[in-house]
Amino acid sequence: MSNLLLARYAEYIFWLARYMERAENLARILDVNETFSRDSRGMRNWHSIVHLCNDGERFQARYGEVTGDKVIFFYALDRDNSGSIFNCVKYARENARTLRPLISTEMWSQINVVYNWLKDLRPEDVSQHRLSRFCDKVKQACQTHAGITEGTFYRDQGWYFYQMGKQIERADQMTRLIDIKYHLLLPSVDDVGSALDTSQWSALLRSAAGYHAFRRVHPRGMNPKAVAGFMLFSSRFPRSVSVCLHEIQSLLAGLRTSFNLRGGIHASETTDEINAAVEAHTIDRVVAGGLHEYLDWVQCRLIDLTNALGADFFGAETA
Amino acid sequence: MKDTLAASFGRLLEGYDQGPFFDELFGSQGQLAPHAEAIRQRFNAIGFDELRGRASDAERELYNLGITFIVYSEAEAVDRILPFDVIPRVISKPEWAQLEAGVQQRVAALNLFLHDIYHDQKILKDGIVPADLVLGNVNYREQMRGVDVPFGTYVHICGIDLVRDEHGTFRVLEDNARIPSGVSYVVENRHMMMRAFPDMMNDIGIRPVEDYGVRLLDAMMKVAPAGVDDPQVVLLSPGSYNSAYFEHIFLAREMGVPLVEGSDLVVENDRVYMKTTDGLAPVHSIYRRIDDAFLDPLAFNPNSMLGVPGIMDAYRKGNVTLANAIGTGVADDKAIYAYMPRVIKYYLDQDAIIPNVDTRICREKDGLQYTLDHLHELVVKPVGEAGGYGITIGPRASKEELQQAREKLLADPANYISQPMIGLSVCPTLTESGVEPRHVDLRPFAITGDSTWVLPGGLTRVALRRGTLIVNSSQGGGSKDTWVLE
Repeated sequence: MSNLLLARYAEYIFWLARYMERAENLARILDVNETFSRDSRGMRNWHSIVHLCNDGERFQARYGEVTGDKVIFFYALDRDNSGSIFNCVKYARENARTLRPLISTEMWSQINVVYNWLKDLRPEDVSQHRLSRFCDKVKQACQTHAGITEGTFYRDQGWYFYQMGKQIERADQMTRLIDIKYHLLLPSVDDVGSALDTSQWSALLRSAAGYHAFRRVHPRGMNPKAVAGFMLFSSRFPRSVSVCLHEIQSLLAGLRTSFNLRGGIHASETTDEINAAVEAHTIDRVVAGGLHEYLDWVQCRLIDLTNALGADFFGAETA
Repeated sequence: MKDTLAASFGRLLEGYDQGPFFDELFGSQGQLAPHAEAIRQRFNAIGFDELRGRASDAERELYNLGITFIVYSEAEAVDRILPFDVIPRVISKPEWAQLEAGVQQRVAALNLFLHDIYHDQKILKDGIVPADLVLGNVNYREQMRGVDVPFGTYVHICGIDLVRDEHGTFRVLEDNARIPSGVSYVVENRHMMMRAFPDMMNDIGIRPVEDYGVRLLDAMMKVAPAGVDDPQVVLLSPGSYNSAYFEHIFLAREMGVPLVEGSDLVVENDRVYMKTTDGLAPVHSIYRRIDDAFLDPLAFNPNSMLGVPGIMDAYRKGNVTLANAIGTGVADDKAIYAYMPRVIKYYLDQDAIIPNVDTRICREKDGLQYTLDHLHELVVKPVGEAGGYGITIGPRASKEELQQAREKLLADPANYISQPMIGLSVCPTLTESGVEPRHVDLRPFAITGDSTWVLPGGLTRVALRRGTLIVNSSQGGGSKDTWVLE
């Protein structure tokens, strides 16, 4: 009896983890953009985040001209933007509400408190000079959530689906974060290696909490390839795409061995395929073939993986 | 008297005046209830500001924990806590013994009545209850004719609303035999009191309430279809937008069973299954928090999106147990209520341990005439309405309101009953301007598998607005912790 998990619960807990991870990463992206926008091309940089999230048309229709405050509001608090931090937390809370019989009381209560905080914020609370503090609070709230989950969430099937959602979202968001700098802020040839370029790369690393670790591996210099390679392929950096994929593999294996679930074949195949492609690449080959195209491919395959989980475990109709 | 009161409750109750009502903490006028003396003294030791401070901490905690019900206004769903008053209502040991026996008796009679009307209908043939009142009732389910339920238990979960009159006599106001709600507040209010007022509760000897979930699970397993070794119990909810969703969560969690929605269940070959990550898994016992009418679109309301197609057939074949049974609504109808003392006598050959409020049935000529003649003194209630709606309180009504009530009565007398105005008991309650008496009622909860267990105490609802008698949460009511003494 205790071994069973409703398919709907599995899907909800998977998405609960994704929404919280997404909120954290959105805060990271906003934060790092704020850093980038301090150069003379501030306007263009706020454009970049809109393009990054494929929100150009939606943003245009709603706000017209792109300004820092508009972009920040759109991604932080806008109730009409399904991708805003506000809505990520709102969806996470709605899922958590449904999942209250499954998750710990502490998990629910903390998400509820975060939501109630966000709900009462006004646009001026996230204006540019307050943005960094806001992003910090969101990051902290999401990390508190992660810590409470780690320490209180009973580790039956639900925990596996939670972890899987978190790892998939983290891998996806990491590719987006790299894309900001490497594709959309593609520096002119003159800029490469300049002080500005270097400081932007280090800001990117910091936004992913990877700066100090990167320095331990690469004490000297800030080579763009090395940074991108670190963020994609490091086997020890907890946010690297490679680490996320290994986690997903072992979670899927755990569902089979610990809970005797019969499904999971599609998801395992898809994960193995992505993982093989990641392991076969070096950063040199990736850059030679086009980094943006590579990141895009990873993102598409992660969507395939989510669909495979839906078919294997969540009772989704298979196409 | 005044001096004794002041000495007993100090600053907190200085000037407290229970009025002409029975008081749940003080007792009758001029006769201090001895069992609550220690509790009065302890609250006396707390200053007003301290009490206010702890009360607002408690309310914030309820909100953060999401112990809320949902109110819909202008297309927006708002979470509200059920306002919680920190001064408890106290019930002595002998008082409780009588209430417990009375509730058990009432539940036994309700179950025997339901079995009878869905089988031989002896009580109708013997003319104790008018047949058309039962068979013509909108909540009578023809589909239940001849269906046998385990142990003859139809009302597995029963909430019986009690009030206490000016003399301190408990009386039944209403039976809730369909989907009584509120038990989650009983348990959560107690948790809240234990956190906020441990010093008030030490060594008082208060009967615990936290095993409700275990008792409920035991009963649900007991009533599962025969021959199932390890029955799968689930709680079926209309979903997270239902105003009582917190309670569904609470009960599922306390029982440790899945909280399912209609879309999680399927019926194949007259058996019920739930959709899991590992395919379909059988379900045997369902505590359903969905009304009869929405439970099975094939059997009842065809437009229901909440239900499970085919579940009624599985149920009729005995492959799954539903709690409460289908068709219990006919027994808690306000029209049937009037006959309950005779129903108890008929099946159990006993007088009702807890009396009814004197009730006149307007479908009967005498009852209608009496009601029309005494309209200004009586409370007139439509039968089959919940939530305190449509009630006319004669002594409080304007001339126009009385005239409207008279017209409605004459147009459809069978839709109404009338009762004398009862001066509901009061309990000291924290208000903006100090501690004041507020009217309360009591809803004990009874769980029945093969026998009936009554949760010590129950939900004390309090009418927070001065002078009002209506305690429903939808109309500004709150709740209190209910302390049954050991």
